[in-house]
Amino acid sequence: MTWFAIVVASVVCFGLKLAGHLVPEHWLAQPRVARTAALVTVALLSALVAVQALTSGRAVVVDARLPALAVAAVALVLRAPFVVVVLLAALTAAGLRALGMP
Amino acid sequence: MARRDDETRAAVRQAVSVSVATGLYGVSFGALSVAAGLDLAQTMALSLLMFSGGSQFAFIGVVGAGGPGAAIATAGLLGVRNGLYGPQVAPLLGAHGWRRPLAAQLTIDESTAVGTAHPPGPAARAGFWWTGAGVFVLWNLFTLVGALLGDALGDPRRYGLDAAAAAAFLALVWPRLGGASGRLARVVAGAAVVVALALTPVVPPGVPVLTAAAVAIVAGLLVRAEPDAVRASDEVPVPGGDR
Repeated sequence: MTWFAIVVASVVCFGLKLAGHLVPEHWLAQPRVARTAALVTVALLSALVAVQALTSGRAVVVDARLPALAVAAVALVLRAPFVVVVLLAALTAAGLRALGMP
Repeated sequence: MARRDDETRAAVRQAVSVSVATGLYGVSFGALSVAAGLDLAQTMALSLLMFSGGSQFAFIGVVGAGGPGAAIATAGLLGVRNGLYGPQVAPLLGAHGWRRPLAAQLTIDESTAVGTAHPPGPAARAGFWWTGAGVFVLWNLFTLVGALLGDALGDPRRYGLDAAAAAAFLALVWPRLGGASGRLARVVAGAAVVVALALTPVVPPGVPVLTAAAVAIVAGLLVRAEPDAVRASDEVPVPGGDR
């Protein structure tokens, strides 16, 4: 089932890329289309942050992930590179869990 | 002629630095993918075939609990922006035949950003192709490294890899929230978080994230464009590009 999803999702993603190269330019030139697409990206990524940091199955839970996310936010404010941001979050959560936080 | 060569060399230099910065975080994708339950071959298939960071992170974040349908829909929706890059880069490249699908597969945030940052002609083409190919090679190489590393680590929670996944999404959305033009984006981001968390206890996994996309579509269609509102097409964030 995972393989099926990987192949279909990859075909969808490639199809979207190829379509962008084939459609007449003015179709996508409407500011409203570009603006909405940008907002969809923002909404999906933000929702993924919330779900990854604060949920477990169908429950909303607060655990070591939340302080780790806060550390990541501070690192982003300080313009740390992507890898550093991700690593700091992992280290924070791992450290807090070693100290007994769920 | 000399100036054109200088422009092209500058584009290639930029392409190389963007490729290294972007490729490196393939390590986190590889490790997180294995932590999410995918095997090495599945992880590599995503980096080779899907080749779009945001869609890949979303896919592995959703597929476990949300199932294949939600994973395909989320990854596809995040891939829409690559489709919008096409009309910007296609005229610069003038690619035909087999080069066209190749250019399409390499059309991502980074290659579009570098390609459109240089004057149309050899420099823009060099910027796009070198960045696209460079990110592709390094992203896949470092995905492999990350997947092998993740496999060796074992229990992902012990190493905080679940928190790392949340941080990865935060880092991906961050460049899209900045500045005065990001105001509407910040409102939508806040609404998306509230909607996703409020729906989590009441709907199947995967649905809260997709519903958040609906919030953005409503906002995008209803809110009157501010003069400097979100300009998706001319502001392509480059993760790691300014570092």
